[in-house]
Amino acid sequence: MAEDFPVLRMTGISKQFPAVRALSGVDFRLYPGEVHALLGENGAGKSTLIKVLTGVYELDEGTVELDGAPVRITSPHHAQQLGISTVYQEVNLCPNLTVAENIFLGRERTSGPVVRWRRTRREAATLVAAFGLEIDVSAQLGSYPLAIQQLVAIVRAVDLNRADGAAGTKVLILDEPTSSLDQDEVEVLFGVIRRLKSAGVAVLFVSHFLDQIYRICDRMTVLRNGRMVGEHMVADLDRVGLVRLMLGRELQQLEELREHDRTATGETVLHAAGLGRRGSIAPFDLDISAGEVVGLAGLLGSGRTELARLVFGADQADSGELTVGGKPVSRRAGPQATISRGIAFCPENRRAEGLIPDLTVRENIILAMQAARGWARPIPRETADRLVARYIAALDIRPADPEATAGSLSGGNQQKVLLARWILTSPKLLVLDEPTRGIDVGAKAEIQKLVVSLAGDGVSVLYISAELDEVLRLSDSIGVLRDRTLVARLTNGPDLTADQIMQTIARGAQS
Amino acid sequence: MTALARIRQRDWRSLTRQQLFWPLLILVALLLFNLPFTPNFFSVGVRNGHLYGSLVSILYFGTVPILVALGMTLVIATGGIDLSVGAVMAISGAIACRLISHAADQNSVSLVLEAMGLALLASLAAGLFNGLMVARAGVQPIVATLILMVAGRGIAQLITSGFILTELSKPYGVLGGYAATVPTGVFIVVGFVAVAAVLTRRTALGLLVESVGGNAEASRLAGVRAQRIKVMVYLFCALCAGVAGLWNSSSLGGADANNAGLWIELDAILAVVIGGTPLTGGRFSISGTVVGALILQTLKTTIFTIGIPAQANMVFEAVVVIIICLLQSTDFRRRVARLLRPGAARGRPVGPAGPAAPDQRPAQAAVSPESVEIPS
Repeated sequence: MAEDFPVLRMTGISKQFPAVRALSGVDFRLYPGEVHALLGENGAGKSTLIKVLTGVYELDEGTVELDGAPVRITSPHHAQQLGISTVYQEVNLCPNLTVAENIFLGRERTSGPVVRWRRTRREAATLVAAFGLEIDVSAQLGSYPLAIQQLVAIVRAVDLNRADGAAGTKVLILDEPTSSLDQDEVEVLFGVIRRLKSAGVAVLFVSHFLDQIYRICDRMTVLRNGRMVGEHMVADLDRVGLVRLMLGRELQQLEELREHDRTATGETVLHAAGLGRRGSIAPFDLDISAGEVVGLAGLLGSGRTELARLVFGADQADSGELTVGGKPVSRRAGPQATISRGIAFCPENRRAEGLIPDLTVRENIILAMQAARGWARPIPRETADRLVARYIAALDIRPADPEATAGSLSGGNQQKVLLARWILTSPKLLVLDEPTRGIDVGAKAEIQKLVVSLAGDGVSVLYISAELDEVLRLSDSIGVLRDRTLVARLTNGPDLTADQIMQTIARGAQS
Repeated sequence: MTALARIRQRDWRSLTRQQLFWPLLILVALLLFNLPFTPNFFSVGVRNGHLYGSLVSILYFGTVPILVALGMTLVIATGGIDLSVGAVMAISGAIACRLISHAADQNSVSLVLEAMGLALLASLAAGLFNGLMVARAGVQPIVATLILMVAGRGIAQLITSGFILTELSKPYGVLGGYAATVPTGVFIVVGFVAVAAVLTRRTALGLLVESVGGNAEASRLAGVRAQRIKVMVYLFCALCAGVAGLWNSSSLGGADANNAGLWIELDAILAVVIGGTPLTGGRFSISGTVVGALILQTLKTTIFTIGIPAQANMVFEAVVVIIICLLQSTDFRRRVARLLRPGAARGRPVGPAGPAAPDQRPAQAAVSPESVEIPS
């Protein structure tokens, strides 16, 4: 099959956004009858490439050829007409309509103004059966589990092409189709993918579950920082090699900051036993002592964020126990309880979950402290001004204007505002979820230094980062996550290398 | 352009950016608009032992809209809305009037105080219901308060047994009348506005309300007790509506469960919006709301004094409200300004053309490195 002529060839694709070069000179090929994985961490350019391919974005440079003929894809509808169908992670169908109605939505089987329901149902049933599915097409879509809904979306997408254009579906893009499915559901989906594959459809499979990629895919393309860093047959590249490609190794080693002699000897600050949440993260055990920096490593979607949210109480655990400072925390307690015990949390999505964009820098900084004091005990204005001025200076927040609207700051400065908010509460444990993502290099280094100096002062830190080097540099020990399970806890030291962590990510527990 | 003119322009700009500038300008314009029609519009006299005049009547009848809009401001600031304020007014008035009208001695002060206390307790109960529905049960505010908007009027009718209750209590009449020649309502409004201002700006309540309205999830993760804050604002809103209901029934000398506070929720929401508090929640302005409510009340008085035919009242009011809302929109003002000055439409700088253009470019370039984000 790889000897065939590619059905889709993208050459030298570049896409520039105001602040970021999302894609630079990416080449991409897709052959008929193959399942092709598109891999890369957050911000690698996967979704931009897909959006260029489906006509959501216009490309700045490069060419797209479909069946050997150059095309300019102008809109999602145009992509659809050309035979490129997409099924997104979130099902874009109407759960309140029946399966048959959903499949034929917008092109109902009619004679004149009258919808011929029986014919609609009959044709839908035939279609669904052709995909090897046994479902009642006259039942409401919403009554089926998400997996079936996703399959119905695939059926609709594929049939849409057959009806509209003569060509039929040439390329089917599945954007993280399995992220909310359980094991059996994934099997059903894979059955459908194999069926499409044997019919000659090129399937582009985007997923961060490595196991699945090794089971279903033939070939893969890896992106990193907007560049294509490798195209391999799945059989030729083992998992360690793949993880290395995805994460990349910064060639220049930033060695200075490694301080492993700073062995944490303090008492246990946090103790989690069997803490877990169904569909989010498998039960895990975790101990963090005073002054210890625990890094969490794992690919996107491996459960790093979910673990952090359970520790902080942002989500409710449905099993296990959490003890902070020797005292148990009720599973239903929520953030106030953990904050009062000295846990602080900078979420990954700082704009949506951290910052109050309309409020000023000053108000954002004092918010957590004020919330802990309650509304009736306001922080005196002079105290607030003094504290805010001190942290604006200490963290070099720019502009150094306490009355600036927080939403107008750059990403790095927003992150510093959030850090200031929590440092103000003198936490015992600081949970940082991707604190350096999407911020400029200078701010990145400052935040890393801050973590080290906080740990020196006896503050424990749970540090999540997609960048292995960063985790390796800062952490005393490293928890490795894989497929929503904490699979290993590695003690950091001169012997531990990024390679070993990558192997653990790829293979699972072994230490 | 001279340096002086440039300074003046900058001052003018910072003035127009003040949140209260446009609402106040509209209020003053609306007041002045009355002068040609009613030459003695601004004169205040004394009649029957109390102040008398158009301005006094604006303040007098402004009691209800200002009070209700005050409570509504805080609810809207948390990203909510309270449609039940009119019904709460009706309930509060009905309870007070029923207790007073059924008593043997209507002029007993303790009876009046007891009646008012019970009426306000009932209002707070309504606010608690709204607050719990929104904060605890997670019902959308517009739906949660719609329940009491409809049911509340029914409850008020049950209390009055479907009649219009009249009372003749002298002490109760003081509430909706005059004290020391000034409308009692003015004292009530000043008191409530002062309490609200102190509660929100001297304590941390204002910050927490704005934080919940600005980003509820982020506030929760920062440890803000968002549910408690929400319950508090609905309680306060209902208390304001309850007091407004008492004033209303006292002023009319009776309770009409069908018409007390009818459509007041819409006036209150409008006053809040005119005052500069966005319906999406977050930043709020109490003084803006007061001015907004005064604008609406002045408009109603104006319609009355310049003698618009009764059947055209609603349409006239609607037209003026549309104009006010357009004036409040920065985008609209810019478009109008562009239309009025054809030169500015082509983007020609107003100042000396030469140095102005190159000045702007480095300023923009200086900003961009700050905002560059590097994906990890």
